[in-house]
Amino acid sequence: MKKMNHCFQLSLKTFLTSLFTKKITQAVILLSVTFSCVLNASAAEKKQKLGWPEKEELTFGFIKLTDMAPIAIAYENGYFEDEGLYVTIEAQANWKVLLDGVIDGRLDGAHMLAGQPLAATIGFGTKAHIITPFSMDLNGNGITVSNEIWKQMKAHIPKGKDGKPVHPIKADALKPVVEKYKAEGKPFNMGMVFPVSTHNYELRYWLAAGGIHPGFYAPHKGDITGQLKADALLSVTPPPQMPATLEAGTIYGYCVGEPWNQQAVFKNIGVPVITDYEIWKNNPEKVFGITAEFAKKYPNTTIRLTRALIRAAKWLDENNNANRPAAVKILSKPNYVGADYDVIANSMTGTFEYEKGDKREVPDFNVFFRYNATYPYYSDAIWYLTQMRRWGQISEDKSDAWYVETAKQVYRPDIYAKAAQSLIQEKLMEAKDFPDFAKETGFKPAQKEFIDGVAYDGSQPNAYINSLTIGLKQGDKI
Amino acid sequence: MPEQMTNNTGLVNKVITLNFTSEKLKTNFNALTQKLVIPFIGVVVFLFMWSVAAQNIDTSLGKFPGPAAVVEQFKALYIEHQDQREKQTAFYQRQEQRNAKRLAQDPTYQPKIRAYTGKETFLDQIVTSLITVMSGFLLAAAIAIPLGIAVGLSKTLNTAINPVIQIFKPVSPLAWLPLVTMVVSALYATPDPLIPKSFINSMITVSLCCLWPMVINTSVGVASIDSDLVNVSRVIRLSALKHIQKVVIPASIPMIFTGMRLSLGIAWMVLIAAEMLAQNPGLGKFVWDEFQNGSSNSLARIMAAVIVIGFIGFLLDRVMLQLQRIFSWDKSSASV
Repeated sequence: MKKMNHCFQLSLKTFLTSLFTKKITQAVILLSVTFSCVLNASAAEKKQKLGWPEKEELTFGFIKLTDMAPIAIAYENGYFEDEGLYVTIEAQANWKVLLDGVIDGRLDGAHMLAGQPLAATIGFGTKAHIITPFSMDLNGNGITVSNEIWKQMKAHIPKGKDGKPVHPIKADALKPVVEKYKAEGKPFNMGMVFPVSTHNYELRYWLAAGGIHPGFYAPHKGDITGQLKADALLSVTPPPQMPATLEAGTIYGYCVGEPWNQQAVFKNIGVPVITDYEIWKNNPEKVFGITAEFAKKYPNTTIRLTRALIRAAKWLDENNNANRPAAVKILSKPNYVGADYDVIANSMTGTFEYEKGDKREVPDFNVFFRYNATYPYYSDAIWYLTQMRRWGQISEDKSDAWYVETAKQVYRPDIYAKAAQSLIQEKLMEAKDFPDFAKETGFKPAQKEFIDGVAYDGSQPNAYINSLTIGLKQGDKI
Repeated sequence: MPEQMTNNTGLVNKVITLNFTSEKLKTNFNALTQKLVIPFIGVVVFLFMWSVAAQNIDTSLGKFPGPAAVVEQFKALYIEHQDQREKQTAFYQRQEQRNAKRLAQDPTYQPKIRAYTGKETFLDQIVTSLITVMSGFLLAAAIAIPLGIAVGLSKTLNTAINPVIQIFKPVSPLAWLPLVTMVVSALYATPDPLIPKSFINSMITVSLCCLWPMVINTSVGVASIDSDLVNVSRVIRLSALKHIQKVVIPASIPMIFTGMRLSLGIAWMVLIAAEMLAQNPGLGKFVWDEFQNGSSNSLARIMAAVIVIGFIGFLLDRVMLQLQRIFSWDKSSASV
């Protein structure tokens, strides 16, 4: 805007001078320039160099999980400082505290569960308009059960030639165990990290695919425990406390991000049975969330922080994960994730240890940049919304258009594109690193690589909801 | 039998001579034993028992840390502190360069030096905790001592206020904390606060909890002033203010200090809990963060913090005792 005013004033001034000096032709030309200044202001703004950040001192929150890595790397590698941003990074006690921090302004932005900005915007839980210009990673979660449950499950898992259990392990193997507990009148408790977390939806997806009902929510009746009609009772436990809660016997299994699955193996208290990569190949994980107000008030800061995060994500995946050991070293510092190097390295460097000694290659267990991991796809947002509807967090039917509209309110590929284009312009990155912004619609083609083989097409949310066996369908109401 | 007798007398004689020649030396030696040797033996026995017990406790984070592991973590914490300081210097240098560069491109820019954004170290956290506890304690003292004097002077006020004190005195800081947090965020709503909210939260929680012993002790001290003193003050017709200044305060100083000592002890305990729960920077948060990290060093680091917390609590108590000795006329009240 400033630029436009300046241009306008300048040409108007010259125009008046030329009127006095009777240079009519020049005056006419200048007059048109003056108007075109006004008309083209927005176009000019697009082309102009990215401005200085409006707000330079920022505080970002995170939860102690390895997928907060892009924030830590952007700080440690000086990418934030390159943008003129002075960022303080603070660990938060749990996802609720983190979200409240962003809403009340104590935090300027945070590492968030993909469901959090969506749920906050539609008003499930605290209502606030949160947006995300940057998707933080793909995959990275696992489901772990206690040693006792694993022993009982193992009898139902087919073995391969090498004597090891055949992967992926389906919840079919868990079903007889859950049924036994149910028959004995004992509740089968499991932990997940937040009602709108990826982990909740993944755990539910896995259980439901194996015929175990994970329970419904009914917010319109004031029931937000999510345990209506449930075979397995899911409840919230903060990620770092998962292993301790499992060890105490309060829960029999959990779904959480790293390093808390690998820590169960190291501590000898549980066995990871499946990674989310096997539940849904390359599923979107965390996002970086800021308030819509922040993005509006500080547009340059928003673009600049997105730039720093994109560079960090690229560094994390560069040269076939060559930088991962260095990243693990940073993450194992007490002020970031703080778990032991070996525990974090297990998943971050492309392997995953299931049962003790059963270490398998999962090169894409943590993806930060490949496969356009950082681009905020509308179709990713819509998948989360369909799961919210499936389990009753959204209590009423919504039209396909509503899903798209909500996704567009929260996921902001426009900000991402601006950040990426300026990085390309400054030759810090190349166009081939990004999706083709001219053609990108924000919808991934239909994906089929789910554990139960059901295909997901983001443009048909209601049809997708109806195609899932367990869960609410169009027209259903609790 | 007789042989034994002579033997015994010989021994007695010997002991007596020894007593005679080194009477003075022995009393000195006894004092030394009492003050140094016995506590030293106590500590050594404790360390031994600790390291034996530690080896036998298996947690899911490995063995419980023994003294050696804790000493190692003390070293590690100090090295981290130094590393962080080096990073800090580099941070300011980079910032100055950046500011200069930007000033060259954009002459209207007002260069500004921003505070270091890195993590506070263990030593920083100790300092933060000390500042918080002292501010909370001073705030409480500023309220409690005048209130205690008023309550001690007036029987009516005492009867009126007593139930309130009795009810709030046993309240744990953890119960106050959510209320304090909400009230502070409601009332202290500046966009760019000079003093961080978290600091104010812990400070007020500390004040609320350490207020009561000071109020009670001050009022008891004031109420039990020797009636002769009060009568003298009446005879020479001191004004109310002079009466408080010249008679009441000096007379009740020992009790006021006893209250302050109790309060400071409570303040320190409360602070750690408040920092832990409210995620306010300080030693409490350090302990909580390490617990969350769950690395193989975490327990040893927590143990290091426990020792530091205990040691600082002890020092604070000693400082108060020393102050009490300096200011109070009744030396017998200032005993360990």
